[in-house]
Amino acid sequence: MNQDTRRGAALIAPPLLYALALLAAPLLTVALFSFWTQDFLTIDRTLTLANYREALTDPIYRTILGRSIVIAGVVTLVTVALAFPVAYYVSFRVRPERKALWLFLITIPFWTSYLLRIFLWKVILGFNGVINATLTGIGVIDAPLTFILYNANAVVITLAHAFAPFAILPIFVALEKIDRSLLEAARDLGDGPITTFRRVTLPLAMPGVVAALLIVFIPTVGDYVTPAQVGGPGGLMIANLIQAQFGGLNNAPLGATLAILAMAVVAVIALGVAWLGRKVGGTR
Amino acid sequence: MLRVYTFLFLAFLYAPIILLPIFAFNDGTVIAFPLDGFTTKWFAELARNAELHAALINSLMVASAASVLSVVLGLAAARANIRYRFPGKAAAMGLIMVPLVLPEIIVATSLVIVIVQVLGWPLSLWTIVAAHTLICTPFTIAILNASFQALDPSIEEAAIDLGETRASTFRLVTLPLVMPGIIAALLISFTISLDEFIIAFFLTGTETTLPVYIWSLLRFPRLIPVVMALGTILVVVSIMILTLAEWNRRRGLARAGAKDTGGFL
Repeated sequence: MNQDTRRGAALIAPPLLYALALLAAPLLTVALFSFWTQDFLTIDRTLTLANYREALTDPIYRTILGRSIVIAGVVTLVTVALAFPVAYYVSFRVRPERKALWLFLITIPFWTSYLLRIFLWKVILGFNGVINATLTGIGVIDAPLTFILYNANAVVITLAHAFAPFAILPIFVALEKIDRSLLEAARDLGDGPITTFRRVTLPLAMPGVVAALLIVFIPTVGDYVTPAQVGGPGGLMIANLIQAQFGGLNNAPLGATLAILAMAVVAVIALGVAWLGRKVGGTR
Repeated sequence: MLRVYTFLFLAFLYAPIILLPIFAFNDGTVIAFPLDGFTTKWFAELARNAELHAALINSLMVASAASVLSVVLGLAAARANIRYRFPGKAAAMGLIMVPLVLPEIIVATSLVIVIVQVLGWPLSLWTIVAAHTLICTPFTIAILNASFQALDPSIEEAAIDLGETRASTFRLVTLPLVMPGIIAALLISFTISLDEFIIAFFLTGTETTLPVYIWSLLRFPRLIPVVMALGTILVVVSIMILTLAEWNRRRGLARAGAKDTGGFL
């Protein structure tokens, strides 16, 4: 073993051991737990697929897992679609010395207490909330709108807000990397602005878009606070169900199974998006 | 068009934040319009609430411990990643960075199973520190990777050629040059830990952190204006910390002689 190898290994050892002890080992334990069962307070350590059977056949678990994926998917698409023009504006239209200020403005709301931001969305969307008070006040509607709080719509709006900076930043970074002379070349060769955008800018921005999709999708699938606060009974997601197994229902093995299923779904979708992104981005 | 859209989007981003001070100074317990008049009594109540003070102090201690630990681990990992080549590096770095792409509920679930069900240890603020260190370390590595990348290895070689030991070179040359990165990493991990809810919620023992305490308050409408007052103070403090971080980043860039590319984070 040469000196470089030894020094590198010595340096990487503490963070690696930390991750092995607090991440790898606990995840393996969860996987093991998911094959056990619990009857009140005693844990039965015979390996069984009973939890998986229950999680995949019981309509409640199936519905909520499916809903988590659909809500997270919609949130991701909405957030990235809304974020792209903002990232484009800051990268292409703002003067270079003002860009840092713009990114600063975009990130500030994100650094204020997550719980309070979600609570404030409840204030905005609520029965006597900002939107309803304003709309009834100016006479646009007669009765308060009820489809905007305590359902999946509220979860989508609130999460799209919470994850906006996560989508804007990677797209912005990808757009910044685009060589501006390529766009001039496309125009000189007769492409209109729309064709240039579609055939040059968009494919080159693809790595940023894919990163944004993943960065938004992965944490939103497992979000607990937003569905619990604004989701109502019809907006609950998988994290609320996992938490319930550890809290009131006291069934840790089933909670472990749901966690493993959620992780598996996230991994499959994330890999799929990354693969698609490489395919689309690779045709340039 | 694009300009108008971007300003509308900024309005969307700031919509909930602007409500915070409005209801913090509103003389009414119901968080809804119309407003009831101006008051500062919620701030006075905030100053008297001992439970909240205890939660805030717990959070500050957890965030301080977690940010220092994660920066120490991040320094080792980023240094190893940029400076040395050794077998298994990609796999090791991959594992250390995993918390970045793992929903926090999974981290919370796995740690609560190991600590409570397997080891039977009591939950305390330390279990939260351990978990927060785990999730903050990848962020510190991302920042410190860039710092070590920008560092010219010939400066360190020159110090060693001039008779410094490896340890004194690191202390006198390397550390000052990556210091802006270290400060940025400390600030980011401090902020992440301070605001983290779900892991703290799972791993909290008898003492709670601020987000867990706020969560318990959200069920009691009478105390919500006090939470608004607290939120207003937190917003002002985070803007101050962020301004400090941005100033520190620019100073770091100026010292390294790089041009400002305008990237916060």
